[in-house]
Amino acid sequence: MLELRGLSKAFGGIQAVVDFSARLEKNRITGLIGPNGSGKTTLFNLITGFIKLDRGEVFFKKEKIDGLLPHEIASRGLVRTFQLSRVFPRMTVLENLLLAPQGQMGEKLWALGLKRERVRDEENRNLKKALSLIEKIGLLPLKDEFAENLSYGQQKLLEMARLFMANPEMILLDEPTAGINPLMIRKIMDFILTMREMGKTFFIIEHNMDVIIECCDWVFVLDHGEKISEGTPEEIQNDPRVIEAYLGT
Amino acid sequence: MDLFLHLCVMCLIYIIFALSLNLEIGYTGLFNFGHVAFFGIGAYTSALLTLHHFPFELGLVMALTLSGIFGFLLGLPSLRLRGDFFGIATLGFGEMIRMVFQNEVWLTKGPMGLPGIPKPTLFSFRFATLPQYFLLTLGFTAITFLFLRILIRSPFGRVLKAIREDEIAAEALGKNAYRFKIKSFVVGSIFAGLAGALWGHYTTFISPNDFTLLETILVLLIVVLGGKGTEWGPLLGAALLIFFQESLRFLRLPPEYGRYLAPLQQMIFGALLIFMMLFRPEGLIKERGRRVYAGTQRVE
Ligand SMILES: Nc1ncnc2c1ncn2[C@@H]1O[C@H](COP(=O)(O)OP(=O)(O)OP(=O)(O)O)[C@@H](O)[C@H]1O
Ligand SMILES: [Mg+2]
Repeated sequence: MLELRGLSKAFGGIQAVVDFSARLEKNRITGLIGPNGSGKTTLFNLITGFIKLDRGEVFFKKEKIDGLLPHEIASRGLVRTFQLSRVFPRMTVLENLLLAPQGQMGEKLWALGLKRERVRDEENRNLKKALSLIEKIGLLPLKDEFAENLSYGQQKLLEMARLFMANPEMILLDEPTAGINPLMIRKIMDFILTMREMGKTFFIIEHNMDVIIECCDWVFVLDHGEKISEGTPEEIQNDPRVIEAYLGT
Repeated sequence: MDLFLHLCVMCLIYIIFALSLNLEIGYTGLFNFGHVAFFGIGAYTSALLTLHHFPFELGLVMALTLSGIFGFLLGLPSLRLRGDFFGIATLGFGEMIRMVFQNEVWLTKGPMGLPGIPKPTLFSFRFATLPQYFLLTLGFTAITFLFLRILIRSPFGRVLKAIREDEIAAEALGKNAYRFKIKSFVVGSIFAGLAGALWGHYTTFISPNDFTLLETILVLLIVVLGGKGTEWGPLLGAALLIFFQESLRFLRLPPEYGRYLAPLQQMIFGALLIFMMLFRPEGLIKERGRRVYAGTQRVE
């Protein structure tokens, strides 16, 4: 599904990511762990085009995507989230969801005049989907509330629902459960597992080992920008190099 | 009665002008400080063509077209810039266009201005009297309002708002922010051109001095006072400010005080802008979430 070849990035003197190669298989949940500052977010930024690569190549569904702009990569079906939740604060919960579907007819100016019927049908379909989704995550009473008025956990949940609406083939999640309570963590994990059932592929940065153990099929470990280990969650937990990276200096 | 109708016409023209700016500032988050340039391009284009005996229909169409083209040409490079640099670029453009009006004497007659702009004739009906012109501007205002409302409430408008809120997150969802911003900017420019053309044919005399930064500030103030990012804000803002400004003009002050009037008005506007920013930045009408119901869409 996603193939990374020798990705490298330096910021001034800091080698943030060093020669990272990996293959991520379709319909799997792959984890990415590592101490703070080890280059995990940077790696995501490189894959999704938010930061330019120094070296390396990225292939998504066998197509070379490095060098493309973020929105081009996203519209090819590879969508990411950010470490801090990024809902659209002064748009309602419902609008946040309705925005997400890709390639909407009603986003084209000419279609607003010439394809009124299709635009309306499409909008109504999305509306139904969004409303049932909002009901499922328990935000129905808040559907017309600005997203900025939600709690942080609710915002993260909304972000997951938005991904669900966007319906990409592959999703990169940057610490989806950071800073929220165990109940919300459970809900978010359920989201991830449901979407995997639907055939989605995940790449997840996560510090919470419980989440890694329950969700991930395979885990990469980064330290100082280098991949120091990979394996199943069980193998990783017992790998002395990983333990040293987390405990050592 | 005439005075009242005059106020209404001015008000309607500024409503169109402010609605177009609201699309950019209020919904797309583009802080355009050179909006008056498109007002001016519209005014000069239509005035020059009709003064050369072309029909008003052609003048109007060309005014909108040229405003749109200039919007596109300015947007192309400047919308790649970050917000604050975009503001400076538009500010520069506004001044530049005014210098063109001032210095290209062969075309614009320079500081002399263009007198005697004919009253418009649309489909062989001449809008010569004040009530007729009022109806004409009312019609165009209604068209502008409804057109922009359709735009804003559509999925297209939703993307504009998302870009205003968080451009990076919008890109991460696959929206091409640059292209949406250009489209918004071009549409805004076109309607500013419409307002300008209507204004030129109404006053029948335009000169470069009519298109200074002060006009941009006035229309900015209308949008901010009324409530940016709301459908009715620009209407309320224009009603308040234009009535205020135009009635000052008709105060029967002794001539020795008359010359203080313009600076005084600018001071009041400046103070008002600061006051609004400090105490009610969201404007008189506050932006609220749109309620959407299955099947129908309406605003609360
Ligand atoms: N835009 C940037 N400019 C300069 N340095 C950066 C930039 N982004 C990241 N870095 C540096 O690169 C290194 C890796 O940062 P990164 O954010 O990728 O770490 P991380 O693994 O995501 O950490 P955390 O777990 O804290 O989120 C850090 O030393 C950071 O300071
Ligand atoms: Mg990080």
